[in-house]
Amino acid sequence: MRRYILQRLWQGVILLILVTTIVFFLGRLTGNPADLMLPEDATEEDRQALIETLGLDAPIHEQFIIFISNAVRGDLGDSHRYRTPVVEIFFSRLPNTLMIVPAAMILAILMAVPLGILSALRRGGLIDKFSGTIAVLGIATPNFWLGMVLIYVFSVQLGWLPSARMGGFEHYVLPTITLGTFLVAGFMRLIRSSMLDILDSEFVKLARIKGMSETTVVWKHCLRNALIPVLTLWGVFMGGLVTGAIVTETVFAWPGIGRLTYEAVIFRDYPLLQAVILMDALLILLINLMVDILYAYIDPRIRLAE
Amino acid sequence: MSDDIVLDVHDLHTHFFLRRGVVKAVDGVSFSLRRGEVLGLVGESGCGKSVTALSLLRLLPKGAARTVQGEIELEGEDILKTSDREMRQIRGRKIAMILQDPQTSLNPVFSIGNQLRETIAKHFPGPGGTVTQRAIEALRNVRLAAPEQRMDQYPHQLSGGMKQRVVGAIAISCEPLVMIADEPTTALDVTIQLQYLNLLKELQEASNMAILFITHDFGVVAKMCDHVAVMYAGRIVERGPVRQVFDNPTHPYTQALIASVPKMGDQRGRLHTIEGQPPEFSDLPVGCRFAPRCAFVEDKCLSTYPTDFSVGNGHTSACWKLEKPE
Amino acid sequence: MRNLPWIPLTIISVMLFMGIFAPFLTSYSPIDQSLPDKLLPPFWEEGGSIKHLFGTDIFGRDVLTRLYHGARVSLIVTALALLVGGGVGLVIGIVSGYVGGRLDSLLMRIVDAALAFPTILFALLLAVTMGQGLRTIVIAISLLLWARFARVVRGEVLAVKERDYVALAKVHGCSPARIMATHILPNVLNTFMVLLTLHVGVVIVAEASLSFLGAGIPPPTPSWGLMVAEGRGKISSAWWLSLIPGVAITLVVLAFNLFGDWLRDRLDPKLRQL
Repeated sequence: MRRYILQRLWQGVILLILVTTIVFFLGRLTGNPADLMLPEDATEEDRQALIETLGLDAPIHEQFIIFISNAVRGDLGDSHRYRTPVVEIFFSRLPNTLMIVPAAMILAILMAVPLGILSALRRGGLIDKFSGTIAVLGIATPNFWLGMVLIYVFSVQLGWLPSARMGGFEHYVLPTITLGTFLVAGFMRLIRSSMLDILDSEFVKLARIKGMSETTVVWKHCLRNALIPVLTLWGVFMGGLVTGAIVTETVFAWPGIGRLTYEAVIFRDYPLLQAVILMDALLILLINLMVDILYAYIDPRIRLAE
Repeated sequence: MSDDIVLDVHDLHTHFFLRRGVVKAVDGVSFSLRRGEVLGLVGESGCGKSVTALSLLRLLPKGAARTVQGEIELEGEDILKTSDREMRQIRGRKIAMILQDPQTSLNPVFSIGNQLRETIAKHFPGPGGTVTQRAIEALRNVRLAAPEQRMDQYPHQLSGGMKQRVVGAIAISCEPLVMIADEPTTALDVTIQLQYLNLLKELQEASNMAILFITHDFGVVAKMCDHVAVMYAGRIVERGPVRQVFDNPTHPYTQALIASVPKMGDQRGRLHTIEGQPPEFSDLPVGCRFAPRCAFVEDKCLSTYPTDFSVGNGHTSACWKLEKPE
Repeated sequence: MRNLPWIPLTIISVMLFMGIFAPFLTSYSPIDQSLPDKLLPPFWEEGGSIKHLFGTDIFGRDVLTRLYHGARVSLIVTALALLVGGGVGLVIGIVSGYVGGRLDSLLMRIVDAALAFPTILFALLLAVTMGQGLRTIVIAISLLLWARFARVVRGEVLAVKERDYVALAKVHGCSPARIMATHILPNVLNTFMVLLTLHVGVVIVAEASLSFLGAGIPPPTPSWGLMVAEGRGKISSAWWLSLIPGVAITLVVLAFNLFGDWLRDRLDPKLRQL
């Protein structure tokens, strides 16, 4: 277990170094990064000052060292648009994202697990057909469009729910559903297919032979095993979750990290974008590590591996 | 004597309902098991022996298969007529079963102790300590070293042979009347097959439970069983005390099966094989089902299914060549 | 013939037709503005006319015309991204699987890393550093694709390379490059085709998402994702601006996914876990 976690941690560190390097070199890909780092109205003095602080006239490997040592000290530069350190902006927005992402994940689990299991148990039945349709539609519908449809139906037409920005409970409903749908569809399909395999397995047969009730067979013997593929394929979902968060926060003008990413793109705020990506990478690695630990907890073959 | 009968199966028919038609996988099978008796059910794969076993537990694949006719009397009560709830009290408690492949029979995410204790807790509810004691006792009975430590281990930490012992421990933990062993040694290493068979025999003698031993291997039958029933294409074609059937097989299929067992000291070095394939269940011959592969086939075999003819001492055989001229 | 997925195939054909013949299907320009005609609703709404079946946008451009040209953009991006991303993945998968050893474990580590990190972030970064455009978006989406292709193709190669004719070719002194090209490649093409169809939907959604976020093909060139984004602020007064192109995206992605599932079941059922 310890070795497994350490190995995962090590892989995470390598990935972080890789991301940092790529971000650094992409910034220098198209000429002088000073032009990317400075707002359009910057003066020649600003430019010279920046070239000095970042060592832009030094050889590239020295620039890289400066970049890394600044980053480690939590200095990733100032945003063009907000004229404040990007790291500060990131942390002021982070809590807002942390309010909808877990909610979306909980929604996904609460919907996908029972539906995935029920459709596997009654294969070809009404629930299976219904959730199969939901899954196919959910995967084909881009988050941003789903968000707009929900706004159109529930805010514009029915007037039940607010269409944008933060506020009371009702403000959370549409963003959570929008973000959760992608996960629901993916989880559901995966849980269904792994449940079908597991229901066919010998250990389920043996559990029934032992006289276990169907409830025990499904919720004890099957569920844990069915969750394993969801955790092993977590990386794929993570990609969708990040895209979903950016798009959903953009659609609902939700002042979180996703919306910040979008602003950095449309205002061409390179220091901000660079910082958001590096901080996101760090965050994603932490979440991946938590998923790995959960995986090890669920699967003793990982937990007890020497 | 008949009071001793714990399981009496009479005229069992189990059909599979598939898109391409009805498959009569078990087509009129009858047998009985006495207390402490080991009955071997022998036949090629696909002859219906495993389906028979699952029919006894009423664990056929839902929707696809159903027992359409017959009685399964356990201690005089027809279990085909009991409720699902009562059936769950019987499974694991009165009838236990060992599956073929120990690598997949145990749930990989729960400890040995967990899987053993849940069985005991289901059938003998009691304080945790008692259940655990009973579980450890069961592991000790299957000769697993350091049973206390095994309780906390997971299936992937045990070898195939040890896992099959755990499956055995689960089976005997509730002192069943009948144990069904479905090819329990087929997936084991050759070196430990014999050990496992000896263990089963020992457990059976100690507890006096009856065993329905399903196998395709006549050598194993000779070692383990008191009686044997040979199954072909959904029906029992020959049955009787093991020694008699082994020494004097009368059905051509049994003869072929026995001839295909390698014998020690047999210098000819060639194994007998049976020509042809078992019939498709969807396209069964009208007469004797073995007729298309039989060396002694006659006109009558092709038109009418033979009745059981007695060869003496409870040894019967369904073959027309045993018919005595009137 | 009866078992062909007719509905998805019809939708795909319509989209291909729209994309290929876009300029001949309409007399309007997808780009030129016509402010007097702005924000006309679709023909079935009050104030709409059959001159603009799906209405017009804030600059008075015909929505249907932009939809046709948007299909063309989607097709070009999809074709190029699959060619580049899928091609790179195919080559890496074959080399990694066939050569094996250190190279294989190194390449697979990189694949793992690429799969564990959301590519959208790099795509956005590329759009800012390289500037928006076809080249940027093709590279960005290829980054998303190559690792998935490489992983699956490699698995397939591992199975193929154990076969007798590969060993025979080796004995006959064929060079590794030749064996990979003449013996391995043809055997993974089925898998590759299935992967391609299964990823058309992924690419279309990715392109639309990037365009929606202002990191795709730059305006005024119409792209479905961009059209949805442009209609975002007008959702309460001019719903057709964003909802109609959204329907187009969903229908097309749905059609390609269903077609891909069908093809996979026919050619390579073991890929079902994807």
